[in-house]
Parts: sequence; structure tokens; C-alpha cells
Amino acid sequence: MSSDTLHHTDHGLATHHPQGGWQRWLYATNHKDIGTLYLWFAFVMFITGGVMALGIRAELFQPGLQYWQPEFFNQLTTLHGIIMVFGAIMPAFTGLANWMLPLMIGAPDMAFARMNNWSFWLLPPAAALLIISLFVPGGAAGGGWTLYPPLSIQSGMGMDLAIFSIHLLGLSSIMGSINIITTVLNMRAPGMTLLKMPLFAWTSLVTAYLLIAVAPVLAGAVTMLLTDRHFDTHFFKAAGGGDPVLFQHIFWFFGHPEVYIMALPAFGIVSQIIPVFSRKPLFGYVSMVYATCSIAILSFMVWGHHMFAVGMPATAQLFFMFLTMLIAVPTGVKVFNWIATMWQGSLTFETPMLFAIGFVCLFTVGGFSGLILSIAPVDTQMHDTYYVVAHFHYVLVAGALFSLFAAVYYWLPKWTGYMYHEGRGKFHFWWSMIWFNVTFFPMHFLGLAGMPRRIPDYALQFTDFNAIASVGAFCFGLGQIFFFFNVIHTIRGGVGPAPSSPWEGGNTLEWEVPSPAPHHTWETPPDLATVQRGLRAQAVE
Amino acid sequence: MLRRLLGVGAFFAAHWACAQDAMWSFQPPVTGIARQIESLHTWLMLVIFVIFFLVFGFMFYAILRHRKSLGHEAKPFHENTLVEILWTLIPAIILLGMAWPAASVILAQKNTHGADFTIKATGFQWFWSYDYLDHGFGFKSKLATPREQIENFDGRGQAKTEHYLLAVDEPVVVPVGKKIRILTTSNDVIHSWGVPAFGVKQDAIPGFIRDTWFKAEKIGTYRGQCVELCGKDHAFMPIVVQVVSEDDFSKWIATQQARAKAAKDDPNKAWTRTELIARGQQVYEANCASCHKSNGIGGGAYPAIVGSKIATGAKAAHIDLVLQGKNAMPAWSALSDVELAAVLSYQRTSWGNQADIVMPAEIRAARK
Repeated sequence: MSSDTLHHTDHGLATHHPQGGWQRWLYATNHKDIGTLYLWFAFVMFITGGVMALGIRAELFQPGLQYWQPEFFNQLTTLHGIIMVFGAIMPAFTGLANWMLPLMIGAPDMAFARMNNWSFWLLPPAAALLIISLFVPGGAAGGGWTLYPPLSIQSGMGMDLAIFSIHLLGLSSIMGSINIITTVLNMRAPGMTLLKMPLFAWTSLVTAYLLIAVAPVLAGAVTMLLTDRHFDTHFFKAAGGGDPVLFQHIFWFFGHPEVYIMALPAFGIVSQIIPVFSRKPLFGYVSMVYATCSIAILSFMVWGHHMFAVGMPATAQLFFMFLTMLIAVPTGVKVFNWIATMWQGSLTFETPMLFAIGFVCLFTVGGFSGLILSIAPVDTQMHDTYYVVAHFHYVLVAGALFSLFAAVYYWLPKWTGYMYHEGRGKFHFWWSMIWFNVTFFPMHFLGLAGMPRRIPDYALQFTDFNAIASVGAFCFGLGQIFFFFNVIHTIRGGVGPAPSSPWEGGNTLEWEVPSPAPHHTWETPPDLATVQRGLRAQAVE
Repeated sequence: MLRRLLGVGAFFAAHWACAQDAMWSFQPPVTGIARQIESLHTWLMLVIFVIFFLVFGFMFYAILRHRKSLGHEAKPFHENTLVEILWTLIPAIILLGMAWPAASVILAQKNTHGADFTIKATGFQWFWSYDYLDHGFGFKSKLATPREQIENFDGRGQAKTEHYLLAVDEPVVVPVGKKIRILTTSNDVIHSWGVPAFGVKQDAIPGFIRDTWFKAEKIGTYRGQCVELCGKDHAFMPIVVQVVSEDDFSKWIATQQARAKAAKDDPNKAWTRTELIARGQQVYEANCASCHKSNGIGGGAYPAIVGSKIATGAKAAHIDLVLQGKNAMPAWSALSDVELAAVLSYQRTSWGNQADIVMPAEIRAARK
């Protein structure tokens, strides 16, 4: 690093302009380039995982086996889950953090630019391992994204590839997190104290801490799985004195915070967007920060609610139930704050705002079904049924994904220098909104009536809702291709050049730099007056 | 009564119309626990709908009225301590109102004491076996829907019958109004035993015993499915419980006990080669054919038995494999010595395989 710093002072920045062609991307150290790489990678994975989802929905369109053998169906559900969580949603948020954090806090780049390159370039091999695993003997991992043993101990080498892939993905996440934490804590512009930075920086910071805490836990769990499979250890094998339920405890100690790793950045994005299009500062900035931190802390104490059916003692069920329900309080505070931000505002409904409002509506519905599931006795009926599938798609698709769409439309002018086509953006929103609900709302009913999840074939009373959900899924998928062309259209010029601050209410620092954002920004930190001006959006003056 | 009024009438518009085939909501409950779960759910839905209408009411009022296009000016307030404290405290109190009734249901669910008798349910890939521990017999309960109804590849396949995927060859039979304790465990991977109408769901975990209970209040047939991903035929291991009168139950017990006695392999019998192989075919069809296919050709992750090194090689390795399991193949040590000897003999002499048969005594020796 030190020689690099010297290099800077000696020659100035002229030599650091982007190299041409593939070298620019392979050797990328610029936060904007890496952010772009992350976002495109996430999009490719999103489409890959989406195609798998359509494979699942095609099979479930009607009762009976039509297209896939059950083994392959299980591989589809497993890979769909792993790819969407680790390949699409998480890298997309890291990409956004890479692109936007330095701009928003007035830093010239991420703290560890070369590690940033490495953390991105671990992802494509990890993804390749997952895809290759489809073609090895025995096929890909088919034990569900939760990889519960002993089922995951049984399967073929596809499982080993999935485990290695998860190791790589975890490594990448940890490095990304280190970068985010260091950047946010050390590289803010003068005058931007912690309680004055944009909420997206806050949620990214807290998310990064969550990841550092739990990614090693997952790595440990899958490593134990690996040694159980090949080196005759018996961590999870009852025959040798191991405990299959131990894996579930470890997995969900990772897995529950993981849920918030996918939700907190979404909260941050929405907290940036709603004030801008309401032309009001964010209501309750400080309580938003507290809510974010309380959700993060609580998320470590509630993993047992994923395991109400394994037969835990009544006291443990009560403990996990009460704490799980408690998460509704800070989450409720967030929703109330967003609504209070809109209240008495001067609202306009450009695409980012539509997606943000869509997020609030649907995430609230997902939160309600989460509350229902938190009640342990009721969970007895819902556990491992389609109700759970409905619930987590409401929080992850309508939550994480919609917030990502909001973010893309919101910052696309900054990234490309062009405005997207508003009509097409709105069409994408309404199309996604409608078909999302057609796909996932009926799943609540399927779950209530008792249809187990992860089955390739179902009893006849589940036919109608499954048919509806499948139609919805295909239409929803189609809409995302439209989104792709929409983005390409914008990159190629869209409906014209974007001003540096295209949104009337946009105050945060990223709107101070020209659009498209130059390769190097904030080489000197923004002055105090600029920072103060940006804080108006944060309600702290 | 209140529950009916609140739950059904107000919210799920179609709930009452379709309650019978359980399309919009829970299957009609037939135990006290299931009924408590349903009313708990109704109470939660009531609270949630009130909050939903309040929250969305405020939001959509703002969306409709506080628009820039209507000339609405933004009022840049951004905090109000009282409001913020209130909307933290009030939800916390509402949550208490949800948690309190739930806690008592948990305690009731967990109380398995004082059962009239106990049934052990063991999960296998992919069927259930039941042992009536107090009555001294057991049986396996397998999917009765024929494969021809399930597989519709290339547009083929038979029409589906009424209880498609929810019918078994041998249902669990219990008397009405008795507290039945269910022990769950598993032979291979984690399965989960659940019957929605009873409000019961309990994972079946290898190496561990868990328990749950129900007391069915109505005679009838109640259906559930394995609810934990357990491999390729996860969708095909239904659970069927017949609740019958006490008289019918006693009769059923008597016939089952007699049948069990008759079907038992006589441990002192000297098996001939033909008898052993014929018995082996039954065991094979019942336990092995779902993976290795009835003609032994295997498929996917499941190796062929026809011409395999194991099935035509040394007996010891073959016996060991079946007793210990390997990769996707679970240990089959739960089968009896005779059953194992028979099935191995069948595998070693069928479909062109020409190896020696295995006698029950060899299995007994290998177990030690």
C-alpha cells in the first residue's frame, strides 16, 4: 500500500485512469468499476436463479411429474435458494455499497481497493462451482439451501462443490465487509459524524458487522459437513454419537442474521429514497439507527424459531417465540417512520419511489406473516409448508429485490449519466408488483391448507393455487427481461443526459458530483458547507 | 362461538364456503390443540388486520392527498418524541396480548403425560413404519398411489384418483377420544410426522426419539405428509390416520396381532434356496425397488444391482454394505436377519446375477 501511496503523490492521478478492455475489469481497483462488476454479476445470477425458479414452477403447474425427476427438482430448489441468496441478493447489496458509499460519505474510494478486487473475483469461480455441480455424477446438491444432514451427507460430489462454493462466497463476503466497515468508520468527510451519515451507510455498516460475525459460522458448519462426508468424523452422524440437530442450530445461528443481512441494506435504500420523493427529511433518523441496531442484535437470539418442529423443550420454545416477536417492535418503528416521512410531504411517484412504496407495502405483509410464524403453536401448522415459502418471498423478493430495483432506478442517472425512460420504469414496477402478488399470495393459502414445501408433486386440492402461482411466476420472470432492456437502453443514452442531481429532493453527497460520476471523485473531501447541505435529507442539522 | 364469528365471517371471505376441502385455510381441526391453534391464528389475524388497515390507511391517505401534483406543500417536520415513544410501546403491549394465549398452547402441546398408549413412528426413505409398542406389533405404511398416476412424462399417465398422493396401503388406526402419544425417530435422514387436522408436527430424527400427542375427537380419516425434505421421494410418503370407535379399534388390534404372528419369520426354520429367494423378492419390492428399480438397473445416484461388483462378489462386503449403508444408501440393519438374508439372496441370484445365496445365520454373525 505504501508504495501505491507514494506513486500517487509522485505522479498524480493521471496514470490511474481506466485501462482499456478486459484489463480495466480484471485489475479493477476503482470502487465504481467494482460496484459495476458486482451489480452485473448479481444480475446474471438473478436470471440464473430465476430460470431455476421457473423450472420449479413449470413442474408444479399441475399435479403429477411432467418435466423433471424428483431428484432434479430437489437440485433446482437447492440451487435456486443458494444462488439467489449468495449469488444475487448479497452481491447486489455489496455492489451498491461499493458504488455508493464512497460517494455518499465523501471518500475517494473504498479503504482496501485491491482486496476489493479480490473479493469480487472470488465470486465467478464460486458461481462456476455451483453451475458445474449440475453436471457431475449424481447431480448438484439436493438437500435444500439449508443443507441439513444427514440428507446432505448422503448426496454425491455435487454437495462438495456446493460446500467449496459456499467457502468462497463466505470469504468474499467477509472481505467485502471488512472493506465496508473500514471505509465507513475511517473515511467519512469532515463534519459527518456517525449520527449524521446517510442511513444507507448505517445499514451497510451494521450489515457488514453481521456478516463478519456469521459468515465464519456457516463456513464452520459446512466444513464439519465436509469432514463428516469424507473423513469419517461424526459431528452430525447419530450412528457415531453425533447430533443431526446440532447442524441446524449452527446453521440458523448463521441463517437468521443472514435474513437481516438481506433486509437491512434494503431498509437503508428505502430510507434514502422516500425522503427525496416526499421532499421532506427522514422522520425519526435517530430511532431508525437504533431500530437498525436492535434488529441486528436481536437477530442473533432468535435462530430457534426455524426449528420449532425439532422437539425443543417448552421453555426454549417460549424463549425463542418471545424474542422473535420482539423484532416486530423495531421493524414496526421503521415502517411508521417511513409513513411519517411521507405524511404531509409533497409526493411524486417516479419509479424509485414506486418501488420504495411497493417495498413498504409488501414488506409489511411479509412482516405480518413472520409474526404469525413466530407464534410457536401456530408454527406447528405452518412449519415447512408453502406458508413459509410465501413469507420469505414477501420479505426477500418484495423486500430485498424491490429495494434493489428502487436503488437501480434511483442511482442509474448517476452511474450512466443518462435518464432512464420513466414510462418503462413504471411499467416494470406495476408489472412486477402485480405478478409478484399473483405468484406468492396464493402460497399463503397452500400453506394454511397444509401443502409441504420442496415437493415436486402435490395432492389434488392444491391444484388451483399452484396453477395460478406458476402463471404469475412466468409473467414476473418475463418482466425482468424487460428491466434488462430498460437498463441497456439507459446505458446507451436513455431519454437524454442526466443532470448531476436529477431528483428535486436529492441532497446527499452523491448528487454533488457530476453525472455520470467521474472515475475519481472526492479526491479532496467535500467541504463542511457541502456536507451540511447534504445532511438536510437526514433530518440532522 | 366468538372465534367462528371473528375468524371466519369477517376476514377470509371464502373461508366458510371452502372449509371442507381446506383450500383457503386450515383443515378442519379435530383435536383440542388444533382448535386452539386455529383460534389463536384467528385472533392474530384480527389484530393484524386492524394494524394493516391503520398503517395502510395512513400511508394511502398521504399517497392520495399529499401529492405534489395536487399542489401539496411539504411540511419539513422530522421528529416527535411522544409519537415515537407511543408507537414503540403500543406494539409491545399488543405483542403481549398475542404471546400470552400462545404460551398456554405451547405448554399444552408439550404435555405428553398420561397417554393411553404409544405408537412409534419411524421415518424411512421413503415410507413410515409404525410400532404399536403397547400391543406388540408393527407395520410399514407406504404410498398407495400407483406410479402410473404420478409419472406423466411425455403426456402419458393415468388419471388421478381422489386421494392422490395422500393414500397409504396400511393406515395408522387409533380409537376416538383417547390420548395417543407418538414417538418419532428415523432410520436414515430427518423426516417429519405431521397431521394438520390434529395440530401435530414433529421431526423424526435419526438417533433421537421425540414425542408429541393427540386426542382425536371425531371418527374419520385424516391425512398428512412428510414435512421435512428427505430426498427424492419426499413428496411420496403420506401419513394416514384412521380414527375409529373403541370397538372397531379392539377388533383391528386383534386382527393385526394375529397377522403379525403369522407373518413372522420362524427363527428356527431351515430355509431352502427357493423359499429364501422368493421371500427376498417381497423384501426387495418393499424396500429396495424405489431406488434400484424392480429390475435392479438403478438410476441417477442409485447404482445398478445387475452385474454389480458388490452383488456378485464376496458375501461379506455385500452384507456389510446393507448393514452399514453408504452414501445415498441408508443402513438397513432395522430389517430382520431373515429379511436381509432373503433380499441379499434374491439380489445375488436375479436378473442374471449368479452368486451364492446368504443364510440368516451369516447375517447374525456379521452383526456382531
